[in-house]
Amino acid sequence: MNHEEKHISSYQSLVIVLVILLFLTTISVLVTGFHLGALTVAVALVIASVKVFIVLTQFMHLKFENRFLRLAVAGVFVLFALVTVITFIDYFFR
Amino acid sequence: MADNHTHTEHLDSETGKLGMWIFLFTELFLFGGLFLVYAIFRAKYSADFHTAAGELNAFVGTMNTVFLLVSSMTAAMALTAIQKGDRRLTIFLLLITILLAALFMVNKYFEWSHKFEYGIWPGSPVLKNMSHGELLFFGLYYMMTGLHALHVMIGMILLSINVVKVKTGAVNSERFLMLENSALYWHLVDLIWIFLFPLLYLIT
Repeated sequence: MNHEEKHISSYQSLVIVLVILLFLTTISVLVTGFHLGALTVAVALVIASVKVFIVLTQFMHLKFENRFLRLAVAGVFVLFALVTVITFIDYFFR
Repeated sequence: MADNHTHTEHLDSETGKLGMWIFLFTELFLFGGLFLVYAIFRAKYSADFHTAAGELNAFVGTMNTVFLLVSSMTAAMALTAIQKGDRRLTIFLLLITILLAALFMVNKYFEWSHKFEYGIWPGSPVLKNMSHGELLFFGLYYMMTGLHALHVMIGMILLSINVVKVKTGAVNSERFLMLENSALYWHLVDLIWIFLFPLLYLIT
């Protein structure tokens, strides 16, 4: 069944991923200390999304998985975004 | 039909992994629903949420974020180690992961105890005297961090089972689907915390 070579993440690359994630966490903590108002929420969510993307692709290995699985995961996040938008529309405009 | 029956063991790890991912999708929506409730009430009672979130200790939250991020890396490394056939290193890395998870729980214990000292727990008299928005914030705080902590504990159990299986050789460099799926579960725990942390602790 499995003809292709299985990708094994190197220890080194995993350490680099962790350093990037910790760096992003630091930025996230520092930025919220600035009190940018409504922008704070946006910045925090954008940084969190970048971190989640890195965890999904690197730690959870999606970067090296087949196209079907990658599309399925992306689809689930799009679906959640849609549910969120529709719920907000319903809640605030009814 | 009986003629087609073969005795060679067939382990389809790709399918096994897909099954795990589908389970993780349901987990995402379980927490996603709570995130949605949080988002709606935050938009509706932003001032109350602002006051209530200020009560949380951002330092403890940051420490727990670091614990989970590092543990996610060691879980990923454990998978690399078993694929390379290094059993001792796999076990060592799994134990580090479990230790970090335990530290997370200890932190959580002190965090919740601290809240309890101030009389803030679900249904407490202090909470009942608070404004509607603050009540909702703490309700969501306990629900979300509680459900997440439950996942941390399940993850610890899963990882411990893996330690035993690697020791006995049931999980090895040829068949490591269980370790792979357990690592995926552990990364999901990390992933949910990545969103919980800024939403509850940082945005005040």
